[in-house]
Amino acid sequence: MRSQTRWMSLVSACGAVLLLGGATSAPAQDTHVGTLTGHAAAGKPLYTRYCAGCHGDDGDAQGENAQWIDPKPRDFTMGTFKCRSTPSGSLPTDEDLYNSVGRGFVTTNMPPWIALTPQNRVDLVAYVKTFSPRWRTAKPATPITIPREPAPTIQSILNGRELFRRMECWKCHGPAGHGDGPSAPELTDNKDNPIRPYDFHSGSRFMCGTSNQDLYRIFMTGLDGSPMPSFADQLQPTEAWDLVHFLRTLQPVKTPEATIWRAWFATHGSELKPIGP
Amino acid sequence: MIARLTPLIALVALEASVAASPRTPPAGTISGKVTYTGTLPRVRPIDMSKEPNCVTQHATPVTTQDAVTGPGNSVRYVVVYISAGDQGAPPATDTVRYDQKGCLYIPHVATMQVHQPLAIFNNDPHSHNIHPLARINAEWNKSQPKGAPPIRTSWDQPEFIAVKCNVHPWMHGYFAVLATPHYAVTDSSGAFSLTGLAPGTYTVTAWHERFGSQSQEVAIGGSETKTANFVLTARPY
Repeated sequence: MRSQTRWMSLVSACGAVLLLGGATSAPAQDTHVGTLTGHAAAGKPLYTRYCAGCHGDDGDAQGENAQWIDPKPRDFTMGTFKCRSTPSGSLPTDEDLYNSVGRGFVTTNMPPWIALTPQNRVDLVAYVKTFSPRWRTAKPATPITIPREPAPTIQSILNGRELFRRMECWKCHGPAGHGDGPSAPELTDNKDNPIRPYDFHSGSRFMCGTSNQDLYRIFMTGLDGSPMPSFADQLQPTEAWDLVHFLRTLQPVKTPEATIWRAWFATHGSELKPIGP
Repeated sequence: MIARLTPLIALVALEASVAASPRTPPAGTISGKVTYTGTLPRVRPIDMSKEPNCVTQHATPVTTQDAVTGPGNSVRYVVVYISAGDQGAPPATDTVRYDQKGCLYIPHVATMQVHQPLAIFNNDPHSHNIHPLARINAEWNKSQPKGAPPIRTSWDQPEFIAVKCNVHPWMHGYFAVLATPHYAVTDSSGAFSLTGLAPGTYTVTAWHERFGSQSQEVAIGGSETKTANFVLTARPY
């Protein structure tokens, strides 16, 4: 009888351990990107080595370099992220964070961490997810749907230009997309730090990618934590593609949209009404 | 015959009257006034010149609303609410309306319960972006151009959420999301009133966006009105 009681106690204890083990072996912070699984424990030393200098040991953006950096490093304790495939207000997916680490952020001090292996990056993402309680209470929403892109035409570019005016993108990004709109000097992020709107003439990379799909995603999801809002409730997919096609004409790179635009502008430019107040 | 029936009719009428007005449970009231002591921050005129549409909507210059005071050191826009001792209530289902008009948030402080529907309207002839800077709830940021339908949402957790429009940085307001149905916002005389309180001991808290919060305990014994005044400490910027 006594041995039976001990045996049952042992089974109970094992059950408890298994339950606890189950809870800790797959915590909410584990990341899954493709076939890779990232673990926070493996990410911690990498974070200390490569990230804490700016983002701080506690992920609160108080690293020793932070005071010299503009824009300020992301505060991971807030659980708010700019580059997401998910709607405004949602956490990003693991893949969103993984891509951010590998891509870096143009116009900021965050470099592309391509020197780190894919496994390093998923481990890092897992550790970054330990800093905010949001990861334990919420899940990323379903990523937005991006329908197939129609071919750019002069009409889609002109429609996009009209949307740029009507959605008042120019108030921050400027009438010609130089990031010099009337609201630009006073923009602040969610921690009241000054922040500049994107200058489309500054290069080929956007904050969250380089492709037309990336551009579509940026203004449809918004860059949470920054002044850039989501336009998902305001633009139909065809309108969103029109806006993408117009924005591409502002960049100092040779794009199909810019080629169409320049050919049209050479003969019709004088017909355009200026954008602005 | 009529004389013999009269007492019966009277009795029936009395019973009907009793049935129509069942004894209502005692419901007390806590009312009071919020004032300040200390040095006030400077009230500044708002420069809306970057948005001419809004300048023309105001006959007189608008001033900042984060420290609105009146005679007798009264403080406006203080949220007074039951922070402990609440005895529960059905969830609020009526929609709270929040307007953007003349580049201002109306009301400056909107109160609502957790999960209560909230509708945000843009009444201006130009775009706004609504950026609630939530810390406990999820922060989001959405564009609302001229003529766009209202943004319909709600909040999951109690929190005082600062709201701003990045395009018009002077636009500044609050969502006061509360776990209680008993709340009020002080008027221009600093007065408030919390009604319909069952007998019990309550913690009443007064919260102001710049002057912080203060609490006191108040016991309600029945259908009575108790007074709870608050003196908040003003701080300059």
